[in-house]
Amino acid sequence: MTNFTTLTRTRIQLAMRNKMFFFFSVVFPLGMFFLYAGIFARGNPRVVSYFLGPVIAFNVMGSFWGLSAALVMFREQGILRRFHVTPVTATDMLASSLLANFVLTVPTVCVELLLARFIFRVPSLGNLLSLAVLVTVGTVSFGSLGLVVASVTNTMQETQVLNQLIWLPLIFLSGATFPLAYLPNSVQHFSLFLPATYLVTALQNALYQSFPVWKLLVQVFALALWAILTFFVAAQLFRWEPEIKIPRKAKLWALATALPFFLLGVWENGNGDILRQAQTAFHSLERPANADQQAKTSK
Amino acid sequence: MANPILQVENLVKRYGEVEAVRGVSFSVEEGEVFGLLGPNGAGKTTTVEILEGLRTLDSGQVSVCGLDPQRESVALKHEIGAALQSTSLPDKLRVIEALRLFASFYKRGRKPEELLKRFGLEEKRHTFYHQLSGGQKQRLALAMALINDPQVLFFDEPTAGLDPQVRREIYDIIEELKREKKTIVMTTHYIEEAERLCDRVAIIDHGKVIAFGTPRELKAHSGGTTRIEVRLSKPESNGRLKSLEGVVDARELDGAYVLHSQRPPQTIVSLVKQLEAQGNDLVSLEIATPSLEDVFIEMTGRRLRD
Repeated sequence: MTNFTTLTRTRIQLAMRNKMFFFFSVVFPLGMFFLYAGIFARGNPRVVSYFLGPVIAFNVMGSFWGLSAALVMFREQGILRRFHVTPVTATDMLASSLLANFVLTVPTVCVELLLARFIFRVPSLGNLLSLAVLVTVGTVSFGSLGLVVASVTNTMQETQVLNQLIWLPLIFLSGATFPLAYLPNSVQHFSLFLPATYLVTALQNALYQSFPVWKLLVQVFALALWAILTFFVAAQLFRWEPEIKIPRKAKLWALATALPFFLLGVWENGNGDILRQAQTAFHSLERPANADQQAKTSK
Repeated sequence: MANPILQVENLVKRYGEVEAVRGVSFSVEEGEVFGLLGPNGAGKTTTVEILEGLRTLDSGQVSVCGLDPQRESVALKHEIGAALQSTSLPDKLRVIEALRLFASFYKRGRKPEELLKRFGLEEKRHTFYHQLSGGQKQRLALAMALINDPQVLFFDEPTAGLDPQVRREIYDIIEELKREKKTIVMTTHYIEEAERLCDRVAIIDHGKVIAFGTPRELKAHSGGTTRIEVRLSKPESNGRLKSLEGVVDARELDGAYVLHSQRPPQTIVSLVKQLEAQGNDLVSLEIATPSLEDVFIEMTGRRLRD
């Protein structure tokens, strides 16, 4: 346990001394926030509130990028080897990365929430418990995805290519950048196979429509299950040594991490109401503000 | 073999088709400094990393502090300390933070402060790792290897890539550890290092132990001869050189001729005479006292070098 704590503390310290980290984890997400809140929503509080979920999802999902890059760099520079001659285990190493990432993500999310509430005058931050739960499962699950990426790639170059391949569909086809209901129908159905979609819609529901946790159980459970599976795969494929390459067959394991959302996507496409919820939220923006206000006060 | 703390029997390790270690056996007693001497790629690092529990073995038996490095890896790591080759620490980690972090991984250990002082790193305590010089990094690596007060220390090429002055600093540190009766297993491809620091040496080449003993025993093995290395303006046959007075062995190595002689003055006189008779010229002549290098040359016909 002490290994885990001291490693986590060190990872946090190191990240805070890293300019790249500062850019990707603070400047970039806040830039996204101002782009959406200030420009796309034109400062309209209700629209800002609508976009707040996707913006926070964007921030939370970004974890996987930094985590994979840091771990691969540690491996390539022979830093992991040094830890390998100590009693530190692969689980210590991976779990401390996740916790450090969580601790480092929360402040930016809080800043975004405070800016939304006090600068953009968003009427409410929705259901804070749902928000906390989703930010937690979100950072842990997407962080674990980063750890899997680090494990299945052999060099930093490969890592960056795979990161791009994962990142682009995750942000463009999930409602994180363009509202889901605004995307073509076929894309909407495809989006149900992506983990990002569940995080984005759930965060939007929690923030914009104050969904309590029990109404978000599908998303929370799916993300939590996925987090456990991806972490397990990352731990199985973890390598300390730069010159030990990942066997081709082992790469198939990484595909296993796509399984939960494949199954959920099939089910959601048939019976689910996630798309319907997303459409309702989107169309509520078209209604005049006072109608929405009335709807809220009558609740 | 009073008290072996480390035993290796018939160790074999393959990387794909290549056999990096081909049946290495040796044992190390408590309190001795044991050296694995050999050229780069001889299998020294692989052997040591198997002992440290970093790599798996293909066959053979290994025990360190009574533990199996593969099955009891975590328990073993509490008992050993290591300065690895091709390793590093995060750039923005400070010296004292590195020591404190690694100290936190062990049940018992030494105080980071004490190690800073001992390794002359007190002034560098708040310096980032990437700002340290090569020698300072290596001193930190040795300090970190001692942080858990280990039973066995592994130093893999502790002075590789360091300049001569820094190398001597590292020798002093290792000699001090030797006086404290620490058990040390080290690899090196520097003759001087092995002769100066090691109680016993295994000479390794192509994944096999080719000679084994104290540096003195090994040198005696080469018959107490003196090495005379000459360069000539024209080629000369080994056979004719071998027939010179006092010469027990002669061979060509990288354009030079290496003679091992029991009576160096006579050998040189007769060499000069013979060259004169043939109109050949002596370009250079070097006399060296016998070293472990001669043992290596004798066994492999090659030089041990960078």
